[in-house]
Amino acid sequence: MKRLRHYWSLLRRPSVHYSLGFLTLGGFLAGIVFWGGFNTAMEATNTEQFCIGCHEMKVNPYDELKTTIHYTNRSGVRATCSDCHVPHDWTDKIARKMEASKEVWGWIFGTIDTQEKYEEKRRVLAEREWQRLKANDSLECRNCHEFEFMDFTQQGPRAARMHANALAPGQDEEGATCIDCHKGIAHELPDMSGVHQR
Amino acid sequence: MKTLSLFILIVCFAGFAWAAEKSLDPSAPDGLRKGGTLTETLPAEPIADEPRASGREVRNWPEQPPVIPHSIRGYQVDKRYNQCLTCHSRTAAPEAGAPMVSVTHFMDRNGQTRSAVTPGRYFCTQCHVPQTDAEPLVGNGFKSAEEVIVGEGEDSK
Ligand code: HEC
Ligand code: HEC
Ligand code: HEC
Repeated sequence: MKRLRHYWSLLRRPSVHYSLGFLTLGGFLAGIVFWGGFNTAMEATNTEQFCIGCHEMKVNPYDELKTTIHYTNRSGVRATCSDCHVPHDWTDKIARKMEASKEVWGWIFGTIDTQEKYEEKRRVLAEREWQRLKANDSLECRNCHEFEFMDFTQQGPRAARMHANALAPGQDEEGATCIDCHKGIAHELPDMSGVHQR
Repeated sequence: MKTLSLFILIVCFAGFAWAAEKSLDPSAPDGLRKGGTLTETLPAEPIADEPRASGREVRNWPEQPPVIPHSIRGYQVDKRYNQCLTCHSRTAAPEAGAPMVSVTHFMDRNGQTRSAVTPGRYFCTQCHVPQTDAEPLVGNGFKSAEEVIVGEGEDSK
């Protein structure tokens, strides 16, 4: 306690030994190091390797993704977990990361450590993602796919008809967005009873 | 003497090799990959292309399950979810512009019409598949009803 109080008064006292310039520069450099480290940590936790580091994510969502177009396709462009699940915008990203701390808790205490438990939780988890994507107008999809740049002559007739009707500006009465029609684009869907899929 | 025995030995080996080749590697039966011998592995044919949209095709007889005129890659049909029914169900069909599943699909095995597609008809791909551009593997002498009727008419003439 005494020691703590000593440090506290040390912190409050103006510096005796170091110049203002040194302190400013030092603080600046330390800031760079911490900020860099912080961002590196953010980057590291955005890699697919990190996402599928835990068994739950590897055997379910990852293995399911592998059979879909976002894992392997004609042009060889990949969508990784964070492309669809982590917002690009900084504040939203931090918010999502903080939320993810809860998932680490779940991992440590084995909330979904078996296939059965995962299957049981799948609907809840999926619904959370649908809600998020509905709320941000499928922003993560639009980071790669944008209506403006879709060539309807190259799309299948069904796709072109749906997109022209539901996505074109001005025709968008019901506010359709990608996830309204493209649920299950990357993983198997849960029991869908009661879900309105367009 | 020495050269003679060497010669005989070589002839024997050649004979063996020839016999072995003859008897141990007969030609393979003509299966999916025609030609070749039993031990040979022929390259597979390229995978048939599934057209993204082929247009609806005429059925060859009235009860034929229609072929699917579009790609169904990645469509989930299992206990949890049936993606075909998101467009082909009774309620979704008009908005989606898709034909509704036939009324027979609502009949259970006692002929009773139910409100939903019965389990016996639930797994669409048991009867319906997309038409690929694959070459037919075997010949087919099938004649449609029209062709048969026209044929008979010609016979009686
Ligand atoms: C990292 C970029 C990226 C993101 C994010 C992304 N996609 Fe894709 N998507 C692709 C690529 C690349 C393809 C394959 C293009 C090709 O080769 O035909 C593709 C293909 C598709 C297809 C075509 C499927 C088919 O069978 O032809 C659909 C539908 C689709 N994406 C929907 C979505 C939706 C919905 C989201 C948001 C949840 C999304 N994508 C997010 C890159 C992305
Ligand atoms: C009203 C429903 C609807 C909405 C909204 C919608 N799509 Fe689609 N989309 C479809 C249908 C139906 C298909 C054809 C599906 C198939 O082939 O399985 C399709 C196909 C696609 C394809 C493949 C194109 C092709 O030629 O096969 C891509 C890529 C795609 N959608 C991306 C998107 C993106 C990105 C959004 C959001 C900006 C979006 N879609 C919104 C209904 C929709
Ligand atoms: C193309 C976009 C896309 C990619 C890539 C993607 N996801 Fe998803 N993910 C979704 C969508 C959309 C949902 C919402 C449920 C649905 O529609 O399938 C979802 C749902 C989930 C769920 C909830 C459970 C479930 O099955 O619905 C988990 C967990 C998940 N994703 C993990 C991952 C992991 C781990 C990866 C990387 C290996 C990944 N996702 C890659 C789009 C994607």
